[in-house]
Amino acid sequence: MVKKVITGNYASSYGAKLARAQVIAAYPITPQTSVVEKIAEFVASGEMEAQYIKVESEHSAMAACITASQTGARTFTATSAHGLTLMHEMLIWASGARTPVLMTNVNRAMAPPWSVWADHLDSVAQRDTGWIQYYCESNQEVLDTIITAYKVGESRDVLLPSFLTLDAFYLSHTYETVDIPDQDEVDKFLPSFDPPYKFDVEDPHLFGSLSFPHQFYMEWRYQISLSMEKAREKILETEAEFKKIFGRSHGGLLDTYRCDDAEVVLIAAGTMASTIREVVDWYRDKGVKVGLARLRVFRPFPVKEVRELAESVDVIGVLDRSYSFGYGGAFFAETAGALYNVPDKPLIKNYVVGIGGRDVTPDTVSGILNNAISLKDKGELDQEIEWIELKEGGD
Amino acid sequence: MFKGYKDLPCVPMTWDTTLVNMTGGWRTYKPILDEEKCNKCYICWKFCPEAAIDVDDELKEVPKIDYDHCKGCAICANECPKEAIEMVEESIED
Repeated sequence: MVKKVITGNYASSYGAKLARAQVIAAYPITPQTSVVEKIAEFVASGEMEAQYIKVESEHSAMAACITASQTGARTFTATSAHGLTLMHEMLIWASGARTPVLMTNVNRAMAPPWSVWADHLDSVAQRDTGWIQYYCESNQEVLDTIITAYKVGESRDVLLPSFLTLDAFYLSHTYETVDIPDQDEVDKFLPSFDPPYKFDVEDPHLFGSLSFPHQFYMEWRYQISLSMEKAREKILETEAEFKKIFGRSHGGLLDTYRCDDAEVVLIAAGTMASTIREVVDWYRDKGVKVGLARLRVFRPFPVKEVRELAESVDVIGVLDRSYSFGYGGAFFAETAGALYNVPDKPLIKNYVVGIGGRDVTPDTVSGILNNAISLKDKGELDQEIEWIELKEGGD
Repeated sequence: MFKGYKDLPCVPMTWDTTLVNMTGGWRTYKPILDEEKCNKCYICWKFCPEAAIDVDDELKEVPKIDYDHCKGCAICANECPKEAIEMVEESIED
């Protein structure tokens, strides 16, 4: 093990190298570029044995990763914002073809107007593509999640693609100390990819052909749904195994902080969770019972964990760094949906924050917590959805 | 064969190969090779995007068009330097 001070993007590159990704196909986009630049250096210097395919678009990058994965290769790519959304068709193909491709997505806002700063719409908009989605809080978590996510995605119970996200600039370009594990320990933890079926000229089969409505299209979709359910257990199991060897873990699907006796809990994803942790400590020092539940995995959604959390709290505030025009942020809608069928629901309010990279400061979080605490005291919502620190103007 | 989600392979595939897909039925124009004009250069075989033109191992015979899989794209007819392949409209009687 060696400690290096590296950016979140480089943590991705080191993760892909340690996982021995065999095929890299990528197209550069701000703020992802240095992820694949570093990998290109690793491949050029011979430090990493991989085929590096330069493609003309992200759509082609994903197509190349899917087909390479179908030959039995471990594949990696990275993108952001417009690159991820251009891949949309191929993302659905990747899960349908059951190829455990792994990708880093640097969370960035979608234009117009142009913005290269942190916003979760790019990845949240891929909710229904059949990908496992991890949201990272630190550069260490980025590196570790690459290694564990391959193990989860490639397991025969799961066989699904995964992406992990890191907030633009807050992680992508911020240097942090990262433990880089030894290659032989990673090799022991992560065996090579061994798919049950693959492209083989000696044993050819027909892959991804036509399925009529009376045939098995629906059943194959149901299989994906079953595998996504199995991914829940597999993520927890794999993280526990990782912890045993490497001594750290990152909180499973819903990473709770000081929630045990909390009356008010904020649910949030990505780097703003670090700010919330700090502010939760200040409130706790004053004896106010607040907590944080960091949404680490958005797909599969941590339904069980959210329900357990809701049993004892009075107010859940859900912070969304993206918005679904027409009704609420997706994290809010999913949390509310998970709680609709349980008795004694807490109040649930949606706080829309940090859109287009606007800073979510300790003051922002305090304002939200104060509002959530006032809802607890009143026993009812003031409004269901609120955009926080919005400039009003107009007069 | 398969009955339901419990016995399907986890990947959408069949045990057969793509040869079971009789794509020849998609054809509107049928390539007809004039064996007299053919000089066995096999350029048609090289260009066929569907691998629907076969040649013998010794390269002695004229190429054989696999009408079960030829979709009638006419690339072979376009590439043939001897203009030995004619595209003939399929008729319902055939």
